[in-house]
Amino acid sequence: MIFGLEFPPISHLVEWPTLFGSGPFAVNKVVILMWVSALIAFGVMYLGGRKQELVPTGAQNVAESAVDFIENGIVMETMGPDGLKFTPFLLTLFTFVLVCNIWGIIPGVQMPVNARIALPAFLAVLVWAIYHVTGIVSQGPINYVKSATIPPGVPKLILPLVFIIELLQILIVRPLSMAVRLFANLIAGHLLLATFAILSQALWEASYVGVVLPFAMLVFLSGFEILVSFLQAYVFTILAAVYIGGAMHPEH
Amino acid sequence: MLQLLAQQAPGELEAGLTAVGRGIVYGFSAIGPGIGIGLVVGNAITAMARQPEAAAMVRTTMFLGIAFTEALALFGFVLAFIISG
Repeated sequence: MIFGLEFPPISHLVEWPTLFGSGPFAVNKVVILMWVSALIAFGVMYLGGRKQELVPTGAQNVAESAVDFIENGIVMETMGPDGLKFTPFLLTLFTFVLVCNIWGIIPGVQMPVNARIALPAFLAVLVWAIYHVTGIVSQGPINYVKSATIPPGVPKLILPLVFIIELLQILIVRPLSMAVRLFANLIAGHLLLATFAILSQALWEASYVGVVLPFAMLVFLSGFEILVSFLQAYVFTILAAVYIGGAMHPEH
Repeated sequence: MLQLLAQQAPGELEAGLTAVGRGIVYGFSAIGPGIGIGLVVGNAITAMARQPEAAAMVRTTMFLGIAFTEALALFGFVLAFIISG
């Protein structure tokens, strides 16, 4: 009880009851939302690609604008024409993360899938594996490590320090920061929305007039969460593109 | 000395200090990225005003810069929850 109002414990926000399965294969609401997001992302692209008319309408329009956004806005900007073979992967990443994030403001569901660390961690490890394999395949292992860890024009004295820092960067800091950035943004938004929703409900029960300001803040935060969902999906995808592009062509 | 001043049961002092520690962790970790993101976006606005044709490229790089600096504040936010008393 805080100020005479009833608040549920914070564990209700982050621990979900298991619906079926057990141990690491336990299925709860978040896992089911992840499956539904994958189906939606696949379904939109599949339905858009079925009849290929010259002037797109309907689902084909949505799918083509998404592909154009990734191809011209992300791949051509950061990887150049060599990176066009990564367009399907980046498109999948972007649409999947976007649909997963947007569940946070859909009324009735309101749980962003990326608010649990498992999915962002997996996606970050996937991107990390892909950019190391791309670097090794396109430059050879020793050349790749040399070009990734030693920037040009470094004085010889601090070379060992720079080597260690860059090695830590490509091995640990990049995937960790990608995962934590996505996870922490989404769970911060979720916590804020839950705080203002519970505050509004508690104040409504206490006195009918006190609910105006928290409810207005809740509406504003929902709009802000749409921006954050889109922005975090965009940032995740463009960072994946930058890392893979950097592994393919090292900076001169 | 803290025990004498606090005059609480021992468990409550640790819980109180944990709460203070969590607040300090996030509070200090949000200063730097706040200034940093302000610098990034301010310079991006200047660049876009000086050369509107390059606005798309500047905007893309601005988002990259914001993502990198915001990640540091979010590390602090996550650490504040991990700290346990």
